[in-house]
Amino acid sequence: MRRYPGKIIKEAMGNLNSKAATNLYPAAPSIVTKGYRGKLNYNSKACTGCKLCVRDCPAKAIEIVNVGADGEKIFECHLDLGHCIFCGQCADVCPKKCLKVTNEFELATTDKSTLNINLKEV
Amino acid sequence: MSIFYLLVFPGFLFLSALGLFMEYFDRKVYARMQNRVGPPWYQPLADIIKLVSKETIIPYDTNKKMFAALPVIALAAATTAIFYIPIWSSHALFSFTGDIIVVLYLLTIPTLTFFLAGWNSNSLFAGIGAVRNLTQLFSYEVPLYMGLLAPAFLASSWSLSEISQFYTTHPLLILLNIPAFIVCIIAVQGKLERVPFDIPDAETEIVAGSFTEYSGRYFAIFRMALDTELVVAATLLAAVFIPVFVANPFISFLIYLAKVFVIIFILAIFRSVMARIRMEQMVKFCWRYLAPLALAQIIINILIKGVLPL
Amino acid sequence: MGRVVVPIGTQHPALKEPASFILTLEGEKVVSAKAKLGYNHRGIEKACENRSYIQSLYIVERVCGICSHAHSTVYCEAVEELAGIEIPKRAKYLRTVVCELERLHSHLLWLGVAAHEIGFDTFFMYVWRDREKVMDILENFCGNRVNYGINTLGGVRRDLTPEIIEDIKNLCKLMDERLKIYTDLAMGDATLAARLAKVGRLSKETAIQYGAVGPVARASGVAIDVRVNDPFAAYDEVKANIVVDDNCDVFGRVLVRVLEMVDSVRMLRFMMDNIPDGTISVKVPRKIPAGEVAHRVEAPRGEDAYFLASNGTEKPERIRMRAPTEANWHAIAHMLEGDYLADSPIIIAAIDPCYSCTDRAIQINDLNTGKQDILNWQQLKQYSINWHRENNGIDFAKLKIK
Repeated sequence: MRRYPGKIIKEAMGNLNSKAATNLYPAAPSIVTKGYRGKLNYNSKACTGCKLCVRDCPAKAIEIVNVGADGEKIFECHLDLGHCIFCGQCADVCPKKCLKVTNEFELATTDKSTLNINLKEV
Repeated sequence: MSIFYLLVFPGFLFLSALGLFMEYFDRKVYARMQNRVGPPWYQPLADIIKLVSKETIIPYDTNKKMFAALPVIALAAATTAIFYIPIWSSHALFSFTGDIIVVLYLLTIPTLTFFLAGWNSNSLFAGIGAVRNLTQLFSYEVPLYMGLLAPAFLASSWSLSEISQFYTTHPLLILLNIPAFIVCIIAVQGKLERVPFDIPDAETEIVAGSFTEYSGRYFAIFRMALDTELVVAATLLAAVFIPVFVANPFISFLIYLAKVFVIIFILAIFRSVMARIRMEQMVKFCWRYLAPLALAQIIINILIKGVLPL
Repeated sequence: MGRVVVPIGTQHPALKEPASFILTLEGEKVVSAKAKLGYNHRGIEKACENRSYIQSLYIVERVCGICSHAHSTVYCEAVEELAGIEIPKRAKYLRTVVCELERLHSHLLWLGVAAHEIGFDTFFMYVWRDREKVMDILENFCGNRVNYGINTLGGVRRDLTPEIIEDIKNLCKLMDERLKIYTDLAMGDATLAARLAKVGRLSKETAIQYGAVGPVARASGVAIDVRVNDPFAAYDEVKANIVVDDNCDVFGRVLVRVLEMVDSVRMLRFMMDNIPDGTISVKVPRKIPAGEVAHRVEAPRGEDAYFLASNGTEKPERIRMRAPTEANWHAIAHMLEGDYLADSPIIIAAIDPCYSCTDRAIQINDLNTGKQDILNWQQLKQYSINWHRENNGIDFAKLKIK
């Protein structure tokens, strides 16, 4: 093959008029794919409190708390977003499928204390 | 009036503004070729303002006066060169016989200050950058000088204004200098330390070369000097190789701007389509190809001068 | 001309992770080089021993950001071998699909980094732009861009949907076109060839002697590829071609990687048409029977070998990871010597180094007495204090370290 400098020039000149490939986020919205694993969705009513999710969580980020008074079973799911690695293992292992992953990803915050959230059903 | 020339037009203010804008233009073209968005128009100015507002750190164990003076010298030398180059008519602001040599030397001073800055910084990477600066100087300077002097031989004058006037009266002879123009475009790429000749400040090898220890306002002045050098070099090429002037100075000035845009566009293309080569490859390339080409141009010009009744 | 010692690293623009290279220069030529690791030790092996098998999987996946799937595949297959489980065929194919997508994006990433190291930023931008397309598919299919989390013990977690198959087929089309441009560019651009050819030479004999693996070995003419030599996942059915080049330099490494991407595209296309039906996972017990297993897979960077010991509980007893960079690491000093300083970034980058994958606990082998020893934290601290006192004349003993 003959070698000469500037072999990319055709491609480069062609790009002068094309639309930039840059993703302008945060100026423009970023589109994540459908399959993206983001924040969890928790259905408190379906939860039996088996705590398999707590047992399998590799980051020890999830906690299931019984807040019901006098032996009543009302569960709350506390998730520490600072620890969560968004692997979705809790949703996989859940026998009642009360935990689900959504593709919500804009979870950054400037206040560390707001990272520990009480998961709700959306 | 001299102060107006010096500080406003075509001196410091005009050159700074044009330099910053040209940096933007260069970066934008570079970015667009890479299919990126590129910086907004005020980005170079914003960079300078940010640098000026930052803390300036002068390394311990350097000559502090020299450390502070070098950027200013570089900027002053690059700015001074513009006064001898024709811009809005074929007459420069000041001219005398031999001013092309003065301009070339004034354009060499920034490179020497880069070397001294690196040498004075007392830093390993800056030291290597400084040595590379000088080595590079020896390889591109000769082809650049010969390439710029070839048209002067044909015009039998060492004054930029007279060269411009000569080619305005003999416009067809411009075509003869195309090889020298190519040599000069490549050599200027080396002078301005841009890819593929950005060896003295190769980021991935020696951090920032000579400027490794520079920060804050001194670095900002160096940046300004580099931008000014870019414009002055483009102006010089435009004046020598594309001497197109009309009677109306305003329209002439617009033509001048267009010429500078074209030259910087060519430089930007060069920058985006090549990889950085090694020092020894550059020396080899400059001496093996550029210098003989420039020499051939000089010989051709001398011969033609003997044949044509000029 | 006097000799100058130039430290590349621990912090240097050419390095994406901390590592230290001490180069002795004569002019611009490197006369001797010393490569040092140990700035990125994360205690990953120990962390795995304190977690259950399924939890360890996610830690193993985070050994490396780029070849995470290789690490999790070798771990999963090792655990499945210990548990005596055969996973469904479709799961094997899905693992292979992700393996090849990962190779594609890893090699594209490397190509971009290599181009950046030699100042060819336009090439770098193009390659990374195209890499995004691969990442998007990985994100949609697996759920994440780098730590995919597709593997689980006993199979995979997600199934291919028809849309994703369609996406991958489109990607193959796009990649065919782009890889043709990159091959042309890599082979035909004069400045690239000037910078890459005859740089970082590693002869076939030396490559074998230093135990180089992956593209580095293949570019030196050593035809080793775990996908062919010791097929894992579905590589016994999806045949890979070993791309060998005998340039024995950085240029050869570029060619090997580019041609491997072409091969990956071919395999992806084959798998999209021939993927078998069936379930995608089987159940694996929490307690894994006692035993030991050594397993290896081909990561984009080379052979990735694991040793796993189980004592019959829910937690692994010992995991030893040998990332491909660790095998290629030893040849670096040899490759650096004799070349220019300007070439050192690209030589270092050419093995596609991943330092944090490589940093592991140390065992002290005393060469004089032949004694082997493992130091605890206090002893290690004392050792470093003594070392600095003797060699650098600095006394850290007065320093209070908690």
